[in-house]
Amino acid sequence: MTATATPARPTAFSAARTLATAARVLRQLRHDPRTIALLLLVPCVMITLLRYVFDGSPGTFDAIGASLLGIFPLITMFLVTSIATLRERTSGTLERLLALPLGKADLIAGYALAFGALAVVQSALATALSVWLLGLDVTGSPWLLLLVAVLDALLGTALGLFVSAFAASEFQAVQFMPAVIFPQLLLCGLFTPRPNMHPVLEAVSNVLPMSYAVDAMNEVLTRPGVTGTFVRDLAIVAGSAVLVLVLGAATLRRRTT
Amino acid sequence: MMNKKPPPDDAPGAAVTATALTVTRGSRTVLDDLHFTVETGQVTGLLGPSGCGKTTLMRALAGTQAKVTGTLDVLGHPAGDPRLRHCIGYVTQAPSVYDDLTVRQNLAYFAAVLDPGRRATARRVEAVTRALADVDLTSHADALAGQLSGGQRSRVSLAVALLGAPDLLVLDEPTVGLDPVLRRDLWNLFHRLAAEHGTTLLVSSHVMDEAERCHRLLLMREGRVLAEDTPEALRARTHRPTVEEAFLHLVDAAGHPATTPEERTP
Repeated sequence: MTATATPARPTAFSAARTLATAARVLRQLRHDPRTIALLLLVPCVMITLLRYVFDGSPGTFDAIGASLLGIFPLITMFLVTSIATLRERTSGTLERLLALPLGKADLIAGYALAFGALAVVQSALATALSVWLLGLDVTGSPWLLLLVAVLDALLGTALGLFVSAFAASEFQAVQFMPAVIFPQLLLCGLFTPRPNMHPVLEAVSNVLPMSYAVDAMNEVLTRPGVTGTFVRDLAIVAGSAVLVLVLGAATLRRRTT
Repeated sequence: MMNKKPPPDDAPGAAVTATALTVTRGSRTVLDDLHFTVETGQVTGLLGPSGCGKTTLMRALAGTQAKVTGTLDVLGHPAGDPRLRHCIGYVTQAPSVYDDLTVRQNLAYFAAVLDPGRRATARRVEAVTRALADVDLTSHADALAGQLSGGQRSRVSLAVALLGAPDLLVLDEPTVGLDPVLRRDLWNLFHRLAAEHGTTLLVSSHVMDEAERCHRLLLMREGRVLAEDTPEALRARTHRPTVEEAFLHLVDAAGHPATTPEERTP
């Protein structure tokens, strides 16, 4: 540094530090091309598989395919984020960063930005493939499908970040996937419409964010244009993501024993 | 250089002052009522056997240790104050760098956290280049940190701490696993930082021969400070030829039974 340099004050949020963090996370991923390939290709392969599993009933493919386009990014981003943050905690780099003038919001937003960008690419590939090549029949705009998918990815990132605080090892972090994601998967309306469930389960599904992710996808599937229900569902998914991100920030402690 | 200060002789005073510093972990007292100072612009060695509380003491200084009681002033602020995050370089014993980034990418990221923004780009490049040269890793700048040897990775970790030209460097066993030539080079670097930039260094080690290279020493045992003096004064006071023998003499004189810290009751 030169004599004219005045060090930037530590602030709660700094756009430059957030962008630097996002760039760093993406740079780490770039050294791991196999993970990138898996992230981008697996959803495409799964959706193709699904198309031919329901070869005889295109209507079923439309319903489940649209929901899965929202669920894939949520699950993959959950896994990637929980492992990435856990590594940050165990390698000592998190402690180092928190001893530096980095806001917790900078770190969280940096991760959300990096994985959000990745989710845009992942969702764009899977959505484009479904709509143009596999004949997924949506009434609404495919762009709305993409929008929901990206918000779902953000929710997955938020959940992954949050649960990584409770995992002491990679083994535990991976086990949080069935614990946190599977109940939502069962209750989100993918297997049967939510009103057909036992009333208790329906009530539970009403407070789980993935239900609204799937509802939003179904809105796009069955209705043209942006409906009020669609906007409400989107707001709930986005609101849940932000809430969980804030909870995730609260699990980052500058002082530890 | 930023933080240019007059030589140590003109700037007496303590960079760190601890009064009744106590740290507990669970029901165990890890640091027990410590009183000591670390003088500005000097290399202070923190010595003692493994498990005596050196790392906890350093974490308390860096503001990452929870359950700290007593008074701990660092550079005029209480330890852990947000204003100190620019002024302290803390290097943990295990290197804390990103294994899946190159050495230069590691340094560039931490530099961007310390000195963010597009306008600071040139300044950051200069800081990274200098830190690489300081730890003699320029030739490995584009290697992945995870593919380096243990000693090289710990030097990357040290280079990160040098980036912001901090006023206080807290180094936890920085020379473990290094060959004699590198150890000598690093100690020369520590003394150069103290002499040229007035940097205060607190360097821990459990190798007593490194004690002779320090201006002052803090000898610790079982969570307490056994002695706080210059190596010469310690040797003279105890009539022993080396710091190691002086340390052993002090342990015997204190009448400590040879217990491990785990066996102590708080």
